[in-house]
Amino acid sequence: MADLVIEREVVIEAPAEVVWRTITEPDQMSQWFADRVELVIEPGAHGYMGFGDQGGPVVVETVDPPTRLSFRWNFPRGEEPVAGNSMLVEFTLTPEGDERTRLRVSERGHELRDWPDAEKQRYADEHQEGWGEYLDRLAAVLVKGQPG
Amino acid sequence: MTAQADDELWSAIADPSRRRVLDLLVSNGEVSASWLAGRVPFTRQAVSKHLVVLEQAGLISRRKQGREVLYQVEADRLDQAAQAMADLAAQWDRRLATIKRLAEAAHAEAKKGKES
Repeated sequence: MADLVIEREVVIEAPAEVVWRTITEPDQMSQWFADRVELVIEPGAHGYMGFGDQGGPVVVETVDPPTRLSFRWNFPRGEEPVAGNSMLVEFTLTPEGDERTRLRVSERGHELRDWPDAEKQRYADEHQEGWGEYLDRLAAVLVKGQPG
Repeated sequence: MTAQADDELWSAIADPSRRRVLDLLVSNGEVSASWLAGRVPFTRQAVSKHLVVLEQAGLISRRKQGREVLYQVEADRLDQAAQAMADLAAQWDRRLATIKRLAEAAHAEAKKGKES
């Protein structure tokens, strides 16, 4: 994928259906995500996430229970969120046996802050390696100390 | 770090070609633009453009030695970039840890209900 991506995952000792409810039910979401969650989990649904006195709109993209959920946020006020003006958060749930689920989250679009369009396109065309790999390498180098 | 400086940093580092240049500088210390151009699959002109962007973002600095201009990474700034990305990743780690706690508690509760 042609993005600057954050990818994290966790293994949860619970069935995918239980994890799915935790990540999709508003009263649960308000415990792990935002202080205020006004959102119906349906494709195309517009909602709102509040963080203290800040917050912003959210648009649900994919709903495929109990394995996939994605939504877009951090898009400019008054615009419809699409690839290129927003960050896409995707949850993937993979059952590992009856009572264990691997939950993976990715957040893409970090490179889109303030980029000219041509630059974005070129970046999308060229990009192949994941940020995580680069960051790990970078961190390793920084720990080892600077050369020269 | 101001918001604008932050944007410059993100855009500078998001481009894979520039990351390649940055990587070479990180692993080889002080080098010239021509040295870099010999090690990447793009033109000397492209290398120069990338160096300008990286320098504007504060990620590298230059120094003249004789007739040559040598470039090197600015460790503090690179560290900031890595830190900014690591902070966002850590935020998701915290969210996932909370999801894990909530889901496992709900599951344990449901099992207890079934047994009794």
